[in-house]
Amino acid sequence: MTDKVKVATVSLAGCFGCHMSLLDIDERIVQLADQVEFIRSPLTDIKRCTDCDIGLIEGGVCNSENVHTLREFRKHCRILVAVGACAINGGLPNYRNYVPLEECLGESYLDGIGVENPHIPNDPELPLLLDKVYPVHEVVKIDYFLPGCPPAADVFWKFLTDLLEGRDPALPYELIHYD
Amino acid sequence: MTKTITIDGKTIPFEEGQTIMEAAAAAGVYIPHLCHHPEYAPHGSCKLCSVSVNGRSCTACTFPAMEGQEILNDTRELNDSRRRITQMLFVEGNHLCPGCEKSGNCQLQAVGYYLNMLDNHFLHFFQPRQLDASHPDVLVDRNRCIFCTLCVRASHRDGKDVFAISGRGINKRLIFNSESGLLKDTDLDVNDRAAHICPTGAILIKRTGFTVPIGERLFDDKTIAETSLDYERGNHDG
Repeated sequence: MTDKVKVATVSLAGCFGCHMSLLDIDERIVQLADQVEFIRSPLTDIKRCTDCDIGLIEGGVCNSENVHTLREFRKHCRILVAVGACAINGGLPNYRNYVPLEECLGESYLDGIGVENPHIPNDPELPLLLDKVYPVHEVVKIDYFLPGCPPAADVFWKFLTDLLEGRDPALPYELIHYD
Repeated sequence: MTKTITIDGKTIPFEEGQTIMEAAAAAGVYIPHLCHHPEYAPHGSCKLCSVSVNGRSCTACTFPAMEGQEILNDTRELNDSRRRITQMLFVEGNHLCPGCEKSGNCQLQAVGYYLNMLDNHFLHFFQPRQLDASHPDVLVDRNRCIFCTLCVRASHRDGKDVFAISGRGINKRLIFNSESGLLKDTDLDVNDRAAHICPTGAILIKRTGFTVPIGERLFDDKTIAETSLDYERGNHDG
């Protein structure tokens, strides 16, 4: 077990669509599991990131918890990868970047249609929202980027097999999509 | 005797008065570009078509072809610069491909694909820009405008001058020629060339966005190098 390549994954401000797309490699996941051990990941339900070879980051950075998780990944992952449109440019959550945060919260929790008992959620367990949703490369150094919403299963497969077989990862034209 | 230039070592004939871009396109050599369009006067603003002419950097769309020019185009160094330029365009505007109905038919996106651009590299501006949905048939989303001025040039040719670029720096924006400043109060008609010329999703025809599904669009099958040369050749033959 110990000589397997360790992979950690996380979804920050994402929809888990990139993780679903990773699972779309279908039966090839058996082949992958021969060479790779998933450590911290929603797939294993392990919550803390320890030293590993590859970290896959889905989603942008929208709150303080995302910042801590991303920094933890950067600290422990030899190769850190931004996966999908949200990690690369903020993606759909980034639509809130054009509205002041106070107005966003007001619309959702104070003034919106059908809001009962209006108050801004302030439970100390809730991570604080950042002023904007940030791409991950604006917070930590990123080594590789896999664009797409989500990146196709073949993008994950090509990237991971390139790395596992010691090649410099490269995507052919037909695998590069921003949508 | 035919006059010639060389591009990446290949000898290419040209006619007097042709730009480097025109000579290259006629010979089937693609030079990446966004603000250039073969039917309109060159603008030279996007800088994507920058090539090295006898060691000097020039925009191929504005620079005349001249006997003896040795031109570098498809080099790693130039394509690296072009990728950076494209990344600057992406972070300056608000280009969210998954939510854009032009995706797959967008030249900005296609240039990114062609240049193997996988990320935006720079810090994003996240500068909000206004959208105008007032016109019954045409929508303008300034978030996606790259200031190529193709709509300005096309509308001038249409004889209407509906579009112009106003302001400088971060305040630069596409404006409309009407008292109210709204698109609905201009002379723009859905059949105007200017309504169809936008290389990005900044000017869209309403109710047509998804007539061709994602996955079956222009740049899903072909690179922008192929479509661009097809177009220019069709133009020359026609």
